[in-house]
Amino acid sequence: MKLQRKNRLRALSLGAVAVSGALALTACGSDDTGTKTGNGSSSSAAAGSIKCDGAKGQLLADGSSAQKNAIDAWVKNFSQSCGVQINYKGAGSGAGVTSFNQGQIAFAGSDSALKPEEVVASKKVCKGGQGIDLPMVGGPIALGYNVPGVDNLVLDAPTLAKIFDSKIQKWNDPAIKKLNPSAKLPDLKIQPFHRSEDSGTTDNFTKYLIATTPDNWKYEGGKAWQAKGGQAASGSSGVAQGVKQNQGAIGYFELSYAKDMTTVAIATGAKTPVKPSTDSATADIAAAKVVGTGKDLALKLDYNTKAEGAYPITLVTYEIVCDKGNKPETLPATKAFLTYLASEDGQKVLSQNDYAPIPEEIIAKVRTTVASLS
Amino acid sequence: MDISTTTDVPPSAPRPDAGERRTARGVTRPGDRIFLALSRGSGILLLVVMAAIAVFLTYRACLAISADDGNFLTTFEWNTNTDPPVFGIAVLAFGTVVSSVVAMALALPIAVAIALFLTHYAPRRLSGPIAYVIDLLAAVPSIVYGLWGALILVPHMQGLYGWLDQFLGWTGIFAWNGGAPRAMLTVGILLAIMILPIITNVSREVFRQVPRMHEEAALALGATRWEVVRMAVLPFGRSGVISAAMLGLGRALGETMAVATVLSPSYDIQASLLDPGGGTFAQNIASKFGEASVQGRDALIASGLVLFVITLLVNGAARAIIARRKEYSGANA
Repeated sequence: MKLQRKNRLRALSLGAVAVSGALALTACGSDDTGTKTGNGSSSSAAAGSIKCDGAKGQLLADGSSAQKNAIDAWVKNFSQSCGVQINYKGAGSGAGVTSFNQGQIAFAGSDSALKPEEVVASKKVCKGGQGIDLPMVGGPIALGYNVPGVDNLVLDAPTLAKIFDSKIQKWNDPAIKKLNPSAKLPDLKIQPFHRSEDSGTTDNFTKYLIATTPDNWKYEGGKAWQAKGGQAASGSSGVAQGVKQNQGAIGYFELSYAKDMTTVAIATGAKTPVKPSTDSATADIAAAKVVGTGKDLALKLDYNTKAEGAYPITLVTYEIVCDKGNKPETLPATKAFLTYLASEDGQKVLSQNDYAPIPEEIIAKVRTTVASLS
Repeated sequence: MDISTTTDVPPSAPRPDAGERRTARGVTRPGDRIFLALSRGSGILLLVVMAAIAVFLTYRACLAISADDGNFLTTFEWNTNTDPPVFGIAVLAFGTVVSSVVAMALALPIAVAIALFLTHYAPRRLSGPIAYVIDLLAAVPSIVYGLWGALILVPHMQGLYGWLDQFLGWTGIFAWNGGAPRAMLTVGILLAIMILPIITNVSREVFRQVPRMHEEAALALGATRWEVVRMAVLPFGRSGVISAAMLGLGRALGETMAVATVLSPSYDIQASLLDPGGGTFAQNIASKFGEASVQGRDALIASGLVLFVITLLVNGAARAIIARRKEYSGANA
């Protein structure tokens, strides 16, 4: 009996500790929720002009994780106004296109346009039509670095390629000094961070290196990192974390991860080196050419741009839908959602979330294409 | 244990009333039959499921290996999205074994020491709470260990790495090039913390079962406390400690998220424990699964099968050791 009573006492005290712990935790949490509701109200103010057009039910979508935050913000506004439940599962561009071509989802998000064989495969799902790319989200890929005492680092493409290929190993290398004559560069080992898993961000960053400085970056490119050396970390958050923790580190990630970090300005050949920002990325996309045929609006970005204020390392995320032959039960909701994304209010949501809006000329084409979906 | 079994009434002693026994044997009630069918069914179902999984995995793995353009065992590369794919498990096998061995080397002595302290040294009032805290370690999810490792352990490893490089750098195993300490040693330390509770708990139970008579006999011969531990407790518990270690090793071999968050993976083998690079099977599967094509998934399944074989070998070796020790230690492992 005595033993049992002891146990009960112990259980009681444990319970008390758990309850008080939970209370203490909720106390710390209340600050955050305050700021969050602030954000929510500002973005729902922008949700005024959503046209539902008989959209109802549930939409399934999947794809690029780079645009996940943007989609989440849109989904929140859209489902508040229209009551449509949208489930976007940012499993990666490859997974998104695969599920789209198996007819499992209403639209996919992808960091790269459909490949010819993927377009062929999409014809099975899109009865009488095919999958098309609609550029909807832009985003600069920032290069964050951690070098004490250096605030305005400028690099160009060949230097970047050599740093990430472990050819330049110290921050006081002559090549970096030449680009930063006034900076006090320390004798510090450079630790380039890349993504450990396959990623569209890696793909777009290496595409930039291949396009601008093929002599210094002799790899094929693609979603998997190919250069040897350096540090690998999982996810953009892991890379950003690694850069923050380690002196001498440099890494690439979406702009939203670079908030409390110094970022590299790229010497593009323009008069002043360009820092990553939503505006400078939009300026870069404005110079892109539409290379898609028919209703497809796939873009070809100009990585060698020398335009003032255009940040060259930019990625565009496409929403992929059928131009004809979308499933009748999801068509109204898909159309209404994409119309909202391409609308002025929809694009405004992007810059609030550290993404770059698509420039007016291109988004106007997206709007007409979305209106013609069937 | 010997003493307790001799004092027990043997269960097989013949009952006095033979007639009662015959009825108990001869009549089978519906409940018996249902229970028999259920339990036999469960057993068969388990076998069928296992066989189905094995056939599926082997089939997919064979597809991947036959498409592999490199050597599956020796290639230092993992490019499964190219055509033809090129991949090999050499780096993964090496990293898996090395990180587990480091974890084992760190965790085993500490765990055995904790277990001895709890059973033979600590006052009762203290041993309860300590055992409870160790149990809590086992309840922490591995991703939390991973986050803790990446955010707190890694930045605090710089000092240790510098020290090891300075004094043991000449061995080559502890040479450090100054990169962020996201290397096999950090992974090993993290894994050691994760497997510590398993080894401690099992060892504690084993040490607790050491016959009181053995210890008292040693004391009566004039042994000190340490000598009692050495002569009576450790030999008795040896096979139990080995199986505890194998349980821990099993977790270390298969650990996924903690390794994936802490290690800086690459497809080459680092001679030094302190240089970032390498990888483990589970970490590689977690990192590569998201964007893997059908081919890529098959390749990952093939690597998973190799991990399965390694685990089988390790467990087999442990069983062999235990079986050999059993003869003269008298332990019930």
